[in-house]
Amino acid sequence: MSNFTRCAACRYLRRRCCGDCTLAPFFPSTNPTRFAYVHRVFGASNVARMLQQIPAEQRRQAADAIALEAYWRVQDPVYGSVGVISRLQREINAAQRELAETQAHITLYAARAQSPTTQFDPSI
Amino acid sequence: MAGHGRSPCASCKLLRRRCSKDCIFAPHFPPDQPHRFSIVHKVFGASNVNKMLQELPVHHRADAVSSLVYEASVRMKDPVYGCAGTISYLHNQVSQLQMQLAVAQAEILCIKMQQESSSSLLISSRHDAHENKGFVFQHSSFDSPREFINYSSSRNHVAQEPLKRESPWP
Repeated sequence: MSNFTRCAACRYLRRRCCGDCTLAPFFPSTNPTRFAYVHRVFGASNVARMLQQIPAEQRRQAADAIALEAYWRVQDPVYGSVGVISRLQREINAAQRELAETQAHITLYAARAQSPTTQFDPSI
Repeated sequence: MAGHGRSPCASCKLLRRRCSKDCIFAPHFPPDQPHRFSIVHKVFGASNVNKMLQELPVHHRADAVSSLVYEASVRMKDPVYGCAGTISYLHNQVSQLQMQLAVAQAEILCIKMQQESSSSLLISSRHDAHENKGFVFQHSSFDSPREFINYSSSRNHVAQEPLKRESPWP
C-alpha cells in the first residue's frame, strides 16, 4: 500500500488506493459521508464509469452534482432530488402569483395618485 | 423464463433471469417499456434500486420508481449536472423572483407613504402586517449542504438552462 492516505472510496470499499485511483480526486478521506451516500445510491462502479465518460475538466462538477443527488435521495428515499424540484416549482408559482398581485396593487395606487379625487380605500 | 405464460418484466428481461411471481420490479417496469428500466439500471444499478425499493413501504414504491426514472433520464441527457443543474437553475429563479417581489413591495410602501403625506391619513399597523405577507419567501426550501460540494466554484457553473422545465410528474 502507498504511503498517502486512502481516499474515502477505497477506505469504504476496503481496498488499496492506487496513485491513479479514479475516485480519489473527488472523494477525499476527509469526507467519508459524501462517498457513503454516493455508493448507497449509485454504486461505486457506476460512479467511476459515469465519471470516466465525462471530459476530465468537468468531472469535479459532475462528482459534486452526483454527491448532491445522492444526499437528496438519502434524505427523501421516495422522491429524492425530484422532491426538491417540485418544491422549488411550487415556490416559483407562489412567488409569481404574489408578484403579479403586488404589481397590480402598484398599478392601482399609481392610478389613484393621478386621480387624487378618488376615495382612498385602506381595505385593499 | 416466465411462469404460467406471463411475460417477464423489463428488468428480468434485461438481466436475463427468471421473473418470479413476487418480483419487486415487475409492477413498476412492465415488459412493454424496456427503456425505463434500462436507464435506471444504467444510472443507479439494478441491485441499488432493488435495495431502495425493499426499504420502502409498498404504497411508496410507484412514486419512488417514477422519480428514479426521471432522475436517470435527466442524467442521461446531462451527464455532468443531472437534476442538480435543474435545481440550481430553479433556485436562481426563486432568488430573482424574491428580489423582484422585495422591490415591488418597497415601491408600494413608497407610494402609500406619499399618499399618506399628501392626504394626511394614517395607515394602521395591521395593514402593514397584511402587506408583509409576501416576505415569507426569505428562505427557499433548497437544501444544499456545503460539505457535499468539495469545490465552491461548482455551484456557479451549474446555473444554466435546464434540459426539462416542465413538471417531473405527468
